[in-house]
Amino acid sequence: MRRLLAAGLALAFSALAAPASAAGYPDRPITMIVPWGAGGGTDAVARIVASLLERDLGQPVAVVNRTGGQGVVGHQAIADATPDGYTLGLITVEIAMMHWAGLTPLTPASYTPLALMNEDPAGVQVRTDAPYKTAQELLDDIKKNPGKFKASGTGQGGIWHLALAGMLSSLKMDPASVPWVPSNGAAPGLQDLVAGGVQVVTCSLPEARSLIDAGRVKSLAIMSPERSKLMPNIPTLKEATGSDWAIGAWRGVAAPKGLPADVSTKLQAALKKVYESKEYQDFLSGRGFGGKYADGPGFGAFMAAADASLGKVMKEVGLAK
Amino acid sequence: MDAIEAGIAMVMRWDVILTILAASAFGMVVGAIPGLTATMAIALLVPITFFMEPLPAVGAMIACSAMAIFAGDIPSTLMRMPGTPASAAYTEECYAMTRKGQAEVALGANVLFSALGGLFGTFILILAAPLLAEVALGFSSFEYFWLALLGLACAIFIGAGSPVKGLISLLLGLFIAQVGIDNPGGLPRFTFGSTELLGGIDFIPAMIGLFAMSEVIRTMATGARDWNVKQVSMGNPLKGWGTMFVKYWPQQIRGNLTGTAIGILPGAGADIAAWVSYATSRKFSKQPEKFGTGHVEGIIESTSSNNAALAGAWVPALVFGIPGDSITAVVIGVLYLKGLNPGPMLFVNNPQTIYAVFTIFILANLLMIPLGLLALKAGTALLRFPRRILIPIILMFCIVGSYAVNNSPYGVVLMLVFGVLGFLMEEHEIPIAPCVLGIVLGKLLEESFVTSMIKADGDLLAFFERPISGTLGALTILVFVWPIWSSLRARRQRRAA
Repeated sequence: MRRLLAAGLALAFSALAAPASAAGYPDRPITMIVPWGAGGGTDAVARIVASLLERDLGQPVAVVNRTGGQGVVGHQAIADATPDGYTLGLITVEIAMMHWAGLTPLTPASYTPLALMNEDPAGVQVRTDAPYKTAQELLDDIKKNPGKFKASGTGQGGIWHLALAGMLSSLKMDPASVPWVPSNGAAPGLQDLVAGGVQVVTCSLPEARSLIDAGRVKSLAIMSPERSKLMPNIPTLKEATGSDWAIGAWRGVAAPKGLPADVSTKLQAALKKVYESKEYQDFLSGRGFGGKYADGPGFGAFMAAADASLGKVMKEVGLAK
Repeated sequence: MDAIEAGIAMVMRWDVILTILAASAFGMVVGAIPGLTATMAIALLVPITFFMEPLPAVGAMIACSAMAIFAGDIPSTLMRMPGTPASAAYTEECYAMTRKGQAEVALGANVLFSALGGLFGTFILILAAPLLAEVALGFSSFEYFWLALLGLACAIFIGAGSPVKGLISLLLGLFIAQVGIDNPGGLPRFTFGSTELLGGIDFIPAMIGLFAMSEVIRTMATGARDWNVKQVSMGNPLKGWGTMFVKYWPQQIRGNLTGTAIGILPGAGADIAAWVSYATSRKFSKQPEKFGTGHVEGIIESTSSNNAALAGAWVPALVFGIPGDSITAVVIGVLYLKGLNPGPMLFVNNPQTIYAVFTIFILANLLMIPLGLLALKAGTALLRFPRRILIPIILMFCIVGSYAVNNSPYGVVLMLVFGVLGFLMEEHEIPIAPCVLGIVLGKLLEESFVTSMIKADGDLLAFFERPISGTLGALTILVFVWPIWSSLRARRQRRAA
């Protein structure tokens, strides 16, 4: 009995240790780990990508939510998986922020990048009945009354917090002149904006869209070099204030570090097809998400640049350790 | 009127009806498996809805979530294992009924009053969605702080026995809610450098451990003896329901109202609604001493409440695109994809679709009755197994359920630790319920307090400055002070006499 068990174990280990090869890849189901909860924007992107990838690769792609720890748990699970192409992950902008905050040793370099799939720039939202017509008027008022306005949209040190702090810093204002009220994501932050609890919410346009459409919230500017396709009448921050500050939340597919080159090539080609498919483009425009594509090396370079610039700002505004 | 007819006609198509049926069956199965929540059930549906027409897609979500919330009561009654967090409040009561041989009665009550609660919530949604959404949108962290505190007051009413032991249990729950980095300061607490603990203590494995695993350990310790009770068959459901309906109609109405009201608030959902309703039921009952011993009264009120909350959550979701709970958060994404952008304009531009959605709500809740009865019959068959066979099956469900939450062995470890904790607590007559309540409310309490303080620059009086907040505050203080004051007065009178 014991010998049988040992033989079984040996067999199992040899199967695990066998080098992954693209020859038959993929010949079993693939798992896609999402570091955020079911129902959010990241989850939705993962699920459409998974279902389209499944069609292309001919193997089921199961989405698994590994939530908690502000994304650390899920990102760690992706990095720790075996690099055989059977565990992929949807990594998000937080991977270029968390290590600066001292939460994890993981950096963008801990992965094999495969494709950048989407980016949504931050916007500056206030209540519709707020007396400001432009972002500049709001900023002038902030300058006159530091500490009076409160802002929200995500947790402490999250991407939208950094968007606000970076914007103020780029305009030579004190990032602490608008204290941050942490929230569990954009929706509770926006609700608090309408409830009168906070005065500014710096989340992305698709997140604010329903309340903008309902006439409760207006967006004064977006922190991007170009205007948004979804709401082209909203000026960029550069147009509104002269600041070059741009920031957005992005999502891309990655595998653990050390993915065999042939598997990586095959996945990159499949993901490019997914990005260009009508279904994915319809999904983006339906949800109001911004499309942005880069292949593996391009995504790697994009992340490295983002990592450097986010780190610089986080140090400037005191969010880095 | 034309829009209503058009809306109903949109639903009465074989493909829509068939989708709703299939989604209902799916929701029933997922909800009945501990560890798989209603939210997870509909998240699993999302990729399928990409390839569906708008109406069947939305119909599938509604039917699936309604069934899953009810189905959570099945393992909760049979195995003391809440299938979804919304069932946790009255798990012990349902299980106590099973121990008395009344599993079918308990589940029958769950089926009927879940369906009625869902229907009530739907009617409120139809009648007053735009108006109520307006009120719900006015809730800020100040109001949520008082609500969370009021919720904690429930512990006073649900905890039988010694108040000190109840308090110990509650504080333990609040402590557990502190672990991890998901707190307002974004600082890791009690994580000991572990990535898993950074994510905090997952509520579901903790709940499975405290309730079900502890029962498994206790049964093992006593040698897995069979219960000397015979499960009574429910008999004619209509007859049993008639009696319950006549006897407990005030409880039912109160549960419906509480559930809908809490469901509408974006920061609170079906799980909190069930706790509040269970506590209210006990507080105002003529026979509070029967609670906890397998008494159907509290079950009726809280099971009505959690299903009513489900419909209530759609109010802010449809009117403002603000999710009322984690389920509607998933639904909003699907609405956008299908071009049914939520907002007040949806009611103006697309009234027939709104009426179609309402029709689906009604249909799904009616469908719950026959499907629920089928599931009930299938489920109670489990109880005919001898305990020594049933207990390993429960253990397997504990492991699978706690693994499934996050697909990681960490969940299983948590579940086992909490199983031992639950066992030790009950051996020392420390009630489990207040601890679970503390885990549910701990985060909301802390977040709402800290964010309110940031907004008000540390001014405590800000909690009384907003009209709704002030009223809630006064009510909360009354709830806490009243028992102390009345006991003091009773003592003084005794001394005078």
